[in-house]
Amino acid sequence: MTEIALLLGLPLTGALLLALWGHRAWAADLNASVSLLTLLAALALTARIVSMGPMSAGRELFFVDAFNVFLVALTAFVGFTTALFGRVYMRVEQDRGKLTPGRLRLYHSMYQMFMFTMLLALTTNNVGILWVAMEAATLTTVLLVSLYRTAAGIEAAWKYFILCGVGIAQALFGTILLYLAAEKVLGAGGSALLWTQLLAVRDQLEPNVLSIAFVFLLVGYGTKVGLVPLHNWLPDAHAEGPTPISTMLSELLLNVALYAVVRNKVLVDGALASHLAGNLMMGFGLLSALVAAFFLSRQTDVKRLFAYSSIEHMGIITFAFGMGGPVASFAGLLHMTAHSLTKSAIFFAVGHAAQKTGTQVIAQIRGLIQTSPAVGWGLMLGSIAILGIPPFGVFASEFLILTTAMREQPWATPLLLAALGVGFAAIFSKVQAMVFGDTTAQRLAHPPALLPVFVHLLLVLMLGLYIPPYLAQWYRAAARMIG
Amino acid sequence: MTLPVTHQLINLMACLLLLIAFAMVSQRRILRLIYLFALQGLVLSVNTAVVAFATHQPHLYFSAALTLGLKVVALPWLLHRLIDRLNIRWDVETLINIPTTMLVGILLVIVAFNLALPISQLAGTITRSSLGMAMASVLLSFLMMITRRKAVPQVIGFLAMENGLFFAATSATYGMPMVVELGIALDVLVGAFIFGIFFFQIRETFDSLDIHHLEKLKEKT
Repeated sequence: MTEIALLLGLPLTGALLLALWGHRAWAADLNASVSLLTLLAALALTARIVSMGPMSAGRELFFVDAFNVFLVALTAFVGFTTALFGRVYMRVEQDRGKLTPGRLRLYHSMYQMFMFTMLLALTTNNVGILWVAMEAATLTTVLLVSLYRTAAGIEAAWKYFILCGVGIAQALFGTILLYLAAEKVLGAGGSALLWTQLLAVRDQLEPNVLSIAFVFLLVGYGTKVGLVPLHNWLPDAHAEGPTPISTMLSELLLNVALYAVVRNKVLVDGALASHLAGNLMMGFGLLSALVAAFFLSRQTDVKRLFAYSSIEHMGIITFAFGMGGPVASFAGLLHMTAHSLTKSAIFFAVGHAAQKTGTQVIAQIRGLIQTSPAVGWGLMLGSIAILGIPPFGVFASEFLILTTAMREQPWATPLLLAALGVGFAAIFSKVQAMVFGDTTAQRLAHPPALLPVFVHLLLVLMLGLYIPPYLAQWYRAAARMIG
Repeated sequence: MTLPVTHQLINLMACLLLLIAFAMVSQRRILRLIYLFALQGLVLSVNTAVVAFATHQPHLYFSAALTLGLKVVALPWLLHRLIDRLNIRWDVETLINIPTTMLVGILLVIVAFNLALPISQLAGTITRSSLGMAMASVLLSFLMMITRRKAVPQVIGFLAMENGLFFAATSATYGMPMVVELGIALDVLVGAFIFGIFFFQIRETFDSLDIHHLEKLKEKT
């Protein structure tokens, strides 16, 4: 319980402190330190779960098992490295006069608030609170997307707000239907929305109601995962917000939303004899991967390019979880980790590149390798990793997903391969020109924060070459939970 | 077969909710739209109180009071102040003309009732028929969001959708657990404040609250 209290209490306290002093010179350091402490709390919690198995705390309000503690650790880690990156990135933005003190305060405070809502969504045992936390996560980031108050930024934030708001309302309806079914078995009151209680009685839940509920839940949370055709908000929000926020949205929020879908899928699978939930997820996942891959080649903005790449990868992960079974779920979890680490490394590099050249237009970012080799190599290696070239971790997980698909869903394999191939061609050609082209740009005033980039890439490399036994054990335990 | 008075009352409230949803879809004036929204909140609140009385669930009285405070007083007052401050009085422009919208709305009601049929047969709670009506009013609010061009009516549509969902929650189940309900209320309130901030940002940047200014970000063809 102490670990959970710290895990949730730290970001919340940080948000309050930064709401008061977020514009001071040391605010960025405070932001990073709070994130570091949160990471330590997450690691303590992880150590405990690994050694003692699942636990619930606070009168069953919180429930932590291998599946969500893995996401808690990932979220806290990327939250910390993004804070390190944001320290340098936001200072440059401030020097360029893009930020007033008030906006900087908003940014720092909402950064911690966003961490809090995501960690709450991950650790809560109550499906209703899960919904509340997901909605709160949207609310905390919506003003950050329009932080620069440009016309495009406000438009992106409005779209994000309305689309995710409508989407998440569908998820609320799904949750209400779930409660309707659960209340028949568990009786009215607080316990009928507790996931552990629902899990115990899931085979007694009314199948008709649950299948309708799952459709609403998938559409609702799927909007936040960025599943096609509900993905419209995602590229805009990623492109217009400050880069640390793009990173957090793309690497963490999407994962947490998918987590919500998977938690509900476990319940629905138990109630339904059919494979309806899995089939729906496979369909949406495959469609997302394909459509996003074909949109990739048409992008002219570098952050939009990688936003579409996120949609593609979330589609692949959704497909893997939809397929189910120990191997596919294992691969899905591995892919989630590898994608989060790689894509955030890419976003860090892209952020620095965009600041250096003063533009996000791909055609105007050229010759990174000459002006700042580290950023150039970071972007190049990151792109190679995300495209699934061995020996990086993304290759390992994609390979597992593809081989499982060949055995269990052969029809889907060519489609998946097509999506990966088209994505490869589009991203590689664009990144190559950005890194190796000719340039006249000058150096940055502040040295870029490249440590996070290379730490992430090293971890992904490690995942591709060697998964430590305890990590593999942990993934397997989580995969068993998901089924 | 005659139903007890409370059940008839709940059915009446469901009908009123649907009627107000139709009225909102057809309403052209922004101020009336806000009044209708407040009225819808009142219906919701009364309904929650009636359900609380019929099922002897004391926590629902609290929920009814919360709805009354938030959706009948606070949010309409906030919206009213906003349109005063922003000085907007114009008529609401719609993308499709209103009679067509109403016809689409009728179709949506039929869809909603069909969708709700298997669920409400299972619902052992006192109010079977109201689930379909709640769903219909959710869909109608959605329709309103799609067909309006200005930011304020879109937001009212959004909030009305939330009302429909709450009605579904109280009539199909006996209301969600208290902690969840409080959380949702907090989200709605914060959301409404952010909407308010947005109105000013949009207005400051575009000199208008017309959403068609917000259609620049598109995939290039």
